[in-house]
Amino acid sequence: MRTFLTLLGREVKSFFYSPIAYVVLFFFLIATGFNFYTGVSFLNQSPSEVTVVEAAFNTVLFWFPFVLIFPLITMRTYSDEFRMGTIETLATAPVSDWQIVLSKFLGAFFFYVLIWAPSFLYFVAFQEITGKQAALAAGAFGGSYLLLLLIGAFYVALGCLASALTNEQINAAVMTFVAIFGFFVTGLLGFILNSPSPAIREIIAYFSAVEHMADFSRGLIDSRPLIWYTSMTAFVLFLNLQVFQYRKWKA
Amino acid sequence: MIKVVHLTKRYPGFTAVRDISFEVDKGEVVGFLGPNGAGKSTTMRMLTGYLPPTSGHASIAGFDIFEQSIQARQHLGYLPESTPLYRDMRVHEYLRYRASLKGVEGSKIKDRVGDVLEMCDLKEKERALIGTLSKGQKQRVGLADALVHDPDLLILDEPTIGLDPNQIRQVRELIKNLAHRRTVLISTHILPEVEMMCSRVVVIHKGRIRASDTPENLLQKHRSAGEVRLELQNAGEDVHAKLAALAGVKDVQHKKSDPDSLFLLRTEAEADPTAEILKLAADNHWNVRGIVRKKPSLEDVFVDLTQGE
Repeated sequence: MRTFLTLLGREVKSFFYSPIAYVVLFFFLIATGFNFYTGVSFLNQSPSEVTVVEAAFNTVLFWFPFVLIFPLITMRTYSDEFRMGTIETLATAPVSDWQIVLSKFLGAFFFYVLIWAPSFLYFVAFQEITGKQAALAAGAFGGSYLLLLLIGAFYVALGCLASALTNEQINAAVMTFVAIFGFFVTGLLGFILNSPSPAIREIIAYFSAVEHMADFSRGLIDSRPLIWYTSMTAFVLFLNLQVFQYRKWKA
Repeated sequence: MIKVVHLTKRYPGFTAVRDISFEVDKGEVVGFLGPNGAGKSTTMRMLTGYLPPTSGHASIAGFDIFEQSIQARQHLGYLPESTPLYRDMRVHEYLRYRASLKGVEGSKIKDRVGDVLEMCDLKEKERALIGTLSKGQKQRVGLADALVHDPDLLILDEPTIGLDPNQIRQVRELIKNLAHRRTVLISTHILPEVEMMCSRVVVIHKGRIRASDTPENLLQKHRSAGEVRLELQNAGEDVHAKLAALAGVKDVQHKKSDPDSLFLLRTEAEADPTAEILKLAADNHWNVRGIVRKKPSLEDVFVDLTQGE
């Protein structure tokens, strides 16, 4: 356990060795702040049944930076180690491959959580200042953040997998982006296709992060997306371990 | 300390290591020699648990390198070829991280890191970013990392490659000092180094072990043995034949260079024909400009064992 915490500690700290972490944090703060601001001013224009939480989590301004951060967070997790050769010192220390894979995933996930943390304050500030509820119920508020964490876990895992596949950060970033974009677009097919059959709609619904978020931010906590994202994260991490060992062993 | 039994590593299309077996006893300093691509690094990577062997097995301190990989790794300090390091960490930070990773107790980490910084002469650079260090300093950081958990066994893959002569000397002294209470397996291309440091040499070529013996024994057994260089002024026609007729001389090469001639005599391992050559020269009034006897070196043995085939 101590070994694992040591690994995790380095993964988390490694973000802050380079200025990239600060740049990502800074711009993400601006993007989400702007999104929140436009959401609130939109609601200000006319009476509406939409809550602030719904307005903040269901806009293009929310989704656009959302899908862009994952390549930035995860691109160097493995690529850098493979390119620099440090993977050899890492993997010959008395640590198991699972510990390495999990620490890299959780380290990146921790950073993802960290960049979302300030957004929490927006809603707190809103409630303090206006004296109004930001969400219909605690479930809508908690549900949105829960879903944010679960989608994040899945996308971070995808990013780690992509990074384990290549020595170049740029390749990892592009692969991550394409993978996430692929899932995203598949989810949007429901809106694009002309009256798809119920079975297809059912399948597409699993991919649709946009629809999941629409439900959760209204307080509709559906178990299907929860299970989908959890099991997909576990599956991708399993693939990640295989890829990691394969790359190591063919060295 | 190390036991390798019929270890083989096959890649699609070629075999990097073929059925090698050797042992390294506690306290030995063993030089692992071979040309580039001979299978040295592959063998070391298998020993350190980085690569799985295709067949055969090996153990370190009694632990199987694959079945009990974690325990085996706890006993060894490894310096990979080209010393990979995290460039964006500071020296002491990196060593503390590595110490913790290798299971050094929390309360002892500070002391251990202090010790290895001292040992590797890095005290002044303790707060420097690793990326800003010179190659020699980085090499010493790598060594400090290999040592930080005080392992019984050190596996060093070309620790002196790419260093300047001063740095090579520093690293060599360091390794010599480390060797006192440890078992060391070291691969290198610098053969005088091996003669100075190693109690035994394992020569590997094309994935096979060609020799495993003390440096002295290797030199003794070596067939192409010694050489005498003789420089003569205005050498006559008969010199070549007279030199070749001497006892212990295997063959003579005449390299003409006016006005002096250079003769290279290859001799048996034990033979020293210099006295006789001088006598011959005195009797025949040859004008000797110089005579040098070159003892057989490990380099000759190396070339002999790893060339051809």
